[in-house]
Amino acid sequence: MKHHSIAEALREAIAEEMERDRDVFCIGEDIGVPGGFGGAFTVTLELEKRFPDRVLDTPISELGFIGAAVGAAMMGMRPIADVQYSDFLFLAMDQIANNAAKLRYMSGGTIKIPLVVRAPVGATGRGSQHAQNMERFFIGIPGLKIVAPSNAYDAKGLLKAAVRDDDPVIIFEHKLLYGSKGARAEAGTTNASSDIPDEDYVVPLGTASVRREGSDATVLAWLLMLHESLAAAALVESDISAEVIDVRSLAPFDWKTIGDSIDKTGRVVIVEEGPITGSVSAELAAGIMERFPDKLVTPVMRVASADVPVPFSPVLENKYRPDRQRIAEALRSIVS
Amino acid sequence: MDIELTDSIQITDDYSRTLLMDLYDKMVLCRQFEDRVKLLFLEGTMPGTIHQSQGQEATAVGVCAALGKDDYITSTHRPHAHALAKGLTPEEMMLELFGRATGCCKGKGGSMHIGNMDKGMVPAIAIVGGGIPLATGMALTFKMRQQDQVVACFFGEGATNEGAFHEGVNLASIWSLPVIFVCENNLYGASTAISKTTRVPRVSQRAASYGIRGETIDGNNVLKVYEATRRAAEECRNGQGPVLLEMLTYRRVGHSRRDPAHYQDKSEQAFWFARDPIEMFKNSILSSRDITAAELEAIEARVAQTIEDAIRVAREAPFPTEDDLTYDVFSMELKS
Repeated sequence: MKHHSIAEALREAIAEEMERDRDVFCIGEDIGVPGGFGGAFTVTLELEKRFPDRVLDTPISELGFIGAAVGAAMMGMRPIADVQYSDFLFLAMDQIANNAAKLRYMSGGTIKIPLVVRAPVGATGRGSQHAQNMERFFIGIPGLKIVAPSNAYDAKGLLKAAVRDDDPVIIFEHKLLYGSKGARAEAGTTNASSDIPDEDYVVPLGTASVRREGSDATVLAWLLMLHESLAAAALVESDISAEVIDVRSLAPFDWKTIGDSIDKTGRVVIVEEGPITGSVSAELAAGIMERFPDKLVTPVMRVASADVPVPFSPVLENKYRPDRQRIAEALRSIVS
Repeated sequence: MDIELTDSIQITDDYSRTLLMDLYDKMVLCRQFEDRVKLLFLEGTMPGTIHQSQGQEATAVGVCAALGKDDYITSTHRPHAHALAKGLTPEEMMLELFGRATGCCKGKGGSMHIGNMDKGMVPAIAIVGGGIPLATGMALTFKMRQQDQVVACFFGEGATNEGAFHEGVNLASIWSLPVIFVCENNLYGASTAISKTTRVPRVSQRAASYGIRGETIDGNNVLKVYEATRRAAEECRNGQGPVLLEMLTYRRVGHSRRDPAHYQDKSEQAFWFARDPIEMFKNSILSSRDITAAELEAIEARVAQTIEDAIRVAREAPFPTEDDLTYDVFSMELKS
């Protein structure tokens, strides 16, 4: 047993998968430069020493290298593409949405795209263009699988599952949860480290996880908001028994785990970092109302960001990002 | 850089009779297929839209004739000639164009995504330039696995103003990947002349900015196309790739559907229509080799019959069932 941060757990997962399978390789900007960063958040640090031919540094060229990763995946390789900030995925949108997601379907099921894209999200003092939670833009693209780990155990297990999966998977990682060290450390982080077993394991794609059991209300959250939701549940625990679910798989959703919880509680609060309109929480809310109308005793509530670009000033950024107080208020409101 | 566009094709004794007959056969197949599809479309029995390639047969056939069976091509929204030249059968294509379950993409691709990986053709990528980074990634796979294959990546001159061209070609160049970038310059991006969109007189000049070799070829001379592709493929296999080949050619039909191409200048049309790739080649082989008109007529008749047979099969073939709608999205289905 070891204890790892998310950055360490992801690094270990990548190294183990590269060791296990010669077809696995990393591709991205600044990921394997000796004396460099190991990617923007140290995840691939020094992997180039162990795998000199399989950690490919690219030009600043997201459309190009993600498209190339799709092409390599189509030929049977298992690329792990790293975009430094998920906001840059817009530059590669055509290759992800039109090629990676659709090639299997439009080939009549003859092509596999075993591609992994790693993409950091979250408002972290960088203003509007290095801060968005991009999950929302991808969950509605058929052909993609989307995961978002909130702790190191899941990060390692989900990344391994993604590498071994024959379909394109985007793994969204939160900058405040990495636990990156040294020059690439973040301010104001949340501890998301975990005990990591010595033996090989995967966390299956498509599954949610109950992080705290309760009976009065179900809280659905992922990434950083999962941690805030757990803190909120603790704040109100003398009055409210909140069940907190780590949604973890954003495409597809694990409706079984979610439905079982609503069966118990009848009340749902969905928490999301990101503008409330056109969001993941909107899709969750609609799906819950379609699937479990008779289980709900009160309408679904959402706690999400205002419909604004991510602001810079800490005062504004803290107002933008939902926190434990707002979640606790929602819990008090929904059970009253 | 400028080249002479002649009306006659020099046929030296180096070319085998078999090769010459094959080239003629394939070009006639492309032309007749397109002419017949146009009628089917106009009579209203064929669904969808079409982008046809009459007049561009020499580029498709010359390039593919110079490739091996294990080599790949990527194609565009105008893919029919590429597909036929790479060895897809008129039947599997006609089935696909009619939207039948037994088409080469099970009726899920259609005209703009026609392809068959077993025959070395990626389903056509109908986003202009979208296949370029993909081809780079395919070639990256060949290099990483030390496989002796090349990719010929077809695109029009319009694609060279897309960011995907810049990023895809640049990546292939820094890694010396085995890609033949084949620009079929038919002088128009849909209805817009290249003179309005591009300042350099020759697309091949752009190769210099990537430090790779570029060459402009008479794209209506099938032997020049064949020779240039053979040279480029050899360079690619020797680790001297990629290569940019600009092939000057001309569309004898509109951009799509019922486009009468009124934007094409009359004298320009007259010049290019007089340089029909099939007629030029036919006249040259008849006058310089012991090939008779009767032999060529026999080829034409056989091709016509093959196409009629394909149409008959396609008209009678079953459509996909409505249940097929949700298959082939993922290769590894998850619970949801």
